[in-house]
Amino acid sequence: MPLFSVLYMLIVKGGARLSTELFTELPPAGFEMGGGFGNAILGTLVMVGLASLVSIPIGILAAIYLAELSPMSKVASTTRFLAKVLTGFPSILAGVFVYAAVVLAMGSYSAIAGGISLAVLMLPTVILTAEEAMKMVPRKMKDAALGMGCTRTQMIWKVVLPTGLPGILTGVMLAVARVAGESAPLLFTALFSNYWLNSVREPTASLSILIYNFSSMPFENQIELAWAASLVLVLIVLVFNILSRLIGRPRT
Amino acid sequence: MAIHCVVEKIFYGSFLAVRDSNVPIQKGKITGFIGPSGCGKSTVLRSLNRMNDMINGFRLEGQVHFMGQDVYAKQVDPVIVRRFIGMVFQQPNPFSMSIYDNVAFGLRLNRYKGNLDEKVEYALRRAALWDEVKDKLKASGLSLSGGQQQRLCIARAVATEPTVLLMDEPCSALDPIATRRIEELMLELKEEYTIAMVTHNMQQATRVADITAFFAVDISKGGRTGYLVEMGETKQIFEAPQEQLTKEYIRGEFS
Repeated sequence: MPLFSVLYMLIVKGGARLSTELFTELPPAGFEMGGGFGNAILGTLVMVGLASLVSIPIGILAAIYLAELSPMSKVASTTRFLAKVLTGFPSILAGVFVYAAVVLAMGSYSAIAGGISLAVLMLPTVILTAEEAMKMVPRKMKDAALGMGCTRTQMIWKVVLPTGLPGILTGVMLAVARVAGESAPLLFTALFSNYWLNSVREPTASLSILIYNFSSMPFENQIELAWAASLVLVLIVLVFNILSRLIGRPRT
Repeated sequence: MAIHCVVEKIFYGSFLAVRDSNVPIQKGKITGFIGPSGCGKSTVLRSLNRMNDMINGFRLEGQVHFMGQDVYAKQVDPVIVRRFIGMVFQQPNPFSMSIYDNVAFGLRLNRYKGNLDEKVEYALRRAALWDEVKDKLKASGLSLSGGQQQRLCIARAVATEPTVLLMDEPCSALDPIATRRIEELMLELKEEYTIAMVTHNMQQATRVADITAFFAVDISKGGRTGYLVEMGETKQIFEAPQEQLTKEYIRGEFS
């Protein structure tokens, strides 16, 4: 029920403003009419992209270690435990952590800091789902690879990763879908910007922060834009969820 | 002689799994390993190409001589051994990739420089699978039936032209018709390859094996230790066994 009522409101209120200028124009100032949030869409996509660049390689390497190299070791069980704890980590704390570690060091809010804070949130999901996907690769397939004269490294790269790939990608897509809508970690890291992104070292706009800012403004135009931005954000998340389903579907 | 295998003892941790089993594998022949379950016949077979190395606590006392080398010598890389001694497993285990890629897997692994298509066709013909799959080489290996999958695994193993093929109960997961086909295939393959096979099925040993090795379990010292009871021409083992134990097993008095 809540899901459908929210969707209904989004479609009615947000759908009304849906047009191409939303995607191409900058957010309007106080009493201006019209405008869009192209920069926020771009900012969200760039930061999610940066977060993926950081978390996917690290996550998959960690998962290889957990699933294949040393599944029983102390390091592995500790990592697994920490990853599980981190999946429930309050996202605002990820923002605070990156504020201290990156923003203060760089001296500025930036897309990089935003991307890293999202990466912190993605990492545990990527690690745990990729480990699970690799464990699903049947023992007999690994035996076959070794029996063909593969080294352990070749077995992992040529058999375990390709076979587990659909599952790994599903996990990645779910992680992306989760962080695409996050606003809390971006508050302290990417901040917001009314202009187009021209450097990843500068404060960057994102859809979720735009919604947060505009929804509390006293102007009708901004509030309408916030609704439209919510609809666009939900659609983006939906697309990633659908992609994860499509990729994860067992092939015949 | 293709492989001369002298097993004094095989341990899993402190558990003595097999003792006193000297199993010479003769070139160009099919050697069948029979015996009740838990008698160590699979363990011995898998020791021949060091497939047991992955099992924690595995230790072998003895030698496995192959191509003038002790396979277990320190300087020998088990990966190289497995490229010369191929393996077909109990469960058909094609990779989840296309039929073509399955067969080409080992060739690509060895950076084969010649014509890949020809080699793949040759291997599939050798495994009596070509006619059934020639129009769908791009289809997944997992889309085939169990018997076809097992023949695909044989094609995959023979593509790299190993010297010896080890088969660990290759038909136990297959129906009688598919089993028959694999057996015919083995008889064809022995012209080029030396084959060692574990089987649960005594009729199968009489149908395909030239030489039969009979293993049994020794429970006298409290453990369950497998050992070689008797080995010889299949005909002799089944018609005139030397050992009382072999006689009883073949008559079906225990299994």
